[in-house]
Amino acid sequence: MIAEAGLAALWLAAALALLQLALVAFGLVGRKGELLGAVRPVAVSQGLLTLLAFVMLVLLFLRSDMSVMLVVTNSHSMKPWLYKFAGTWGNHEGSMLLWITVMGLAGSAVALFERALRRDTHMATLGAQAAISLGFYAFLLFSSNPFARIDPPPPDGQGLNPLLQDPGLAFHPPTLYLGYVGLSVAFSFAVGALLTRQVDAGFARAMRPWVLAAWVMLTLGITAGSYWAYYELGWGGWWFWDPVENASLMPWLAATALLHSVTVLATRDALRAWTVMLAVIAFSMSMVGTFLVRSGILTSVHAFAVDPERGTFILGLLAIYIGGAFALFGWRVGAVREGAPFELVSRETMLVINNLLLSVILGLVLIGTLYPLMTEAFGHKVSVGAPYFDRIAGPIALILMIAMMAGPLTRWRRDRFAVVAGRMMVPAIVALVVLALVVALAWGRIGILPLAGLVVAGAAAVGSVGPLWKRNLRRTPLFTWGMVIAHLGCAVSLGGMASDSAFTVEKLVAARPGDRIETAGWTLHFDKIMPIAGDNWTALQADMTASRGGGTAIVIHPQSRFFASPPTTTTEAALLTRWNGQLYVVLGQETDDGRWQVRIWWKPFVTFIWLGGIMIALGGALALLGRERRGWLLKWRARAVA
Amino acid sequence: MKAKHQRLILALVALVALIGAGLLAASALKDEAAYFYAPADVKEKGVEPGKAIRLGGMVVKGSLKHAADGVTIHFDVTDGKATVPATFSGIAPDLFREGSGVVAEGAFDGKDTFVATNLLAKHDERYMPRELEGMQYDEKTHEMKGGQ
Repeated sequence: MIAEAGLAALWLAAALALLQLALVAFGLVGRKGELLGAVRPVAVSQGLLTLLAFVMLVLLFLRSDMSVMLVVTNSHSMKPWLYKFAGTWGNHEGSMLLWITVMGLAGSAVALFERALRRDTHMATLGAQAAISLGFYAFLLFSSNPFARIDPPPPDGQGLNPLLQDPGLAFHPPTLYLGYVGLSVAFSFAVGALLTRQVDAGFARAMRPWVLAAWVMLTLGITAGSYWAYYELGWGGWWFWDPVENASLMPWLAATALLHSVTVLATRDALRAWTVMLAVIAFSMSMVGTFLVRSGILTSVHAFAVDPERGTFILGLLAIYIGGAFALFGWRVGAVREGAPFELVSRETMLVINNLLLSVILGLVLIGTLYPLMTEAFGHKVSVGAPYFDRIAGPIALILMIAMMAGPLTRWRRDRFAVVAGRMMVPAIVALVVLALVVALAWGRIGILPLAGLVVAGAAAVGSVGPLWKRNLRRTPLFTWGMVIAHLGCAVSLGGMASDSAFTVEKLVAARPGDRIETAGWTLHFDKIMPIAGDNWTALQADMTASRGGGTAIVIHPQSRFFASPPTTTTEAALLTRWNGQLYVVLGQETDDGRWQVRIWWKPFVTFIWLGGIMIALGGALALLGRERRGWLLKWRARAVA
Repeated sequence: MKAKHQRLILALVALVALIGAGLLAASALKDEAAYFYAPADVKEKGVEPGKAIRLGGMVVKGSLKHAADGVTIHFDVTDGKATVPATFSGIAPDLFREGSGVVAEGAFDGKDTFVATNLLAKHDERYMPRELEGMQYDEKTHEMKGGQ
């Protein structure tokens, strides 16, 4: 019954989405204003029905209902409950249902809470949101029904890929989806505003919180994904330039550009057309990402279950939405009049530069990701890998960091070049000090890009707190705090990346229990190795004690874990985190003569990479809170006066 | 400065940035597009020592040997047309086996041996590198069929 109820809820939600679109169309175009009154309740009901369908699927997974195809192929009755739960979205159908659920709830939120937008634009936005949802309902109901039954039901399921059985990965996709789908709201706003010809500062102020929220989620999702790959895959790397990773990076780059341009539009009423176009591009990138991940059209080490037919479906949706949005944009661009003027040396210009650089990186990553597809169409198989992306993204990202530091130190509308240069003196001195230090301590052992990275990170760390200089910190708005913390996070992250690629020490040995291994100031005693058993796995676990410079010894347990269903071995690295870095120990295979392969990395300041990511997200959250709190305060005061 | 001039300057800056990016991409792609090699490509075109590439193919049955240090392995990679010797120091992925596909990242040393720095890990046993699609290993004759 549960499966049927879920499917019914999904059909009903799809019907409501169609109704929502029709109400908006007849209400706005047919000038039947009374119809518009029904749009908000319909949008909210649609969102609740998708949630109901999703809860039904979760129940089916928790109860291990083996009469449902999806549960059979992606779960097992012996699995810990957390992974039964997470298994709901650890597959194609479930993740698409999660997508539509997040989208339905986001639509409900827009219907309920959006107050800043003018009514007709608000309605047009909800209409656009319903139109996008319809495509995904069709996708789900016609090609990826998560509630399909299997007859006769098998005694047990096939399990979940053990690599996905990790708390990090259980919650990584929902975070990313909140980001992806949040960008669909920005897209709908842009379409709505184009339809009603109301692209102005008020529109930007209404759109900004949604962009911020989506961006915070994307940032968290990417950070979590990177850390997961780092510790779970046992290879010690934190970014691979894999198409699946690029699929999340590209919307983030677009959303970052959008976040900055929407701020210009909201505060200065400039960059109108550009902001609308970025909103369209940002959601397009979410869909391109979904297409790349779900179609399996590109080589990826993250081999998800893939199906070319579904890829074609998403490609079709992509063409309709993006083509439609760009056509609308072209048609209405005349209505989007020029915004306020600004001088060449001004914060506006710095933000334009920021947008340009982000767009250039986005374009280059997109080209690199799709290039193998294009050449394959002409019969050549090529693959584009890390060397390409490192070479293009590294230098431009460094220039971007310099612009990021200079932007907040420049005034809106007009400033003088000499004055801005003067404000950059302190960061410049810091850069020189870092340069001198690194050259003195590590010359000859460090590449040019990591060196430049450390120098820029040092300068940007100091430069990004510049806006707080000589300010009353208690009266500084949360929005400014958010910006400072996010920018500082970028510097911290960059510092971590540069430090990891410059100073990592690696040691690879074959050792017997009782052996002692020394590397990078650490002493590692290999005490013993023994088999252990977990919930649904068995493992070989090494007991080791690590100590540094006569400090206390800490016991660590690298494991080689074996899962029976499906049969897979995974590597559980042992991580020892210190303030100045991380010790990363991996247990490998047994050699013919009874020794064990052990790989040890000492990675100085590697944790800064993810710490920076969290700071960036925190900054975004503070900025969001600052805006919202002001709105609440105003409302509260208005009520108090009334 | 008039708004018109300023817009013109910004448009020019954008144009320069775009052209610069295009040139950068073109030059980087020209270098890096020749990134994936099958053993036959290596024999045909040659790869200069030290250039970072991906080498893909099948691990020849019976070619896998462990060195005395316990952490280095030697193996041959084949695509049915040519065979290339390779070494790897490190912990090989669990699904790295004789007779199965491998994509190795690394570079050739001066003596035509491929020194892998990374063997591409896969998430599950169904994974087949797309570059190796169509290749099959004949269990009886130990030969490769199909391929690029």
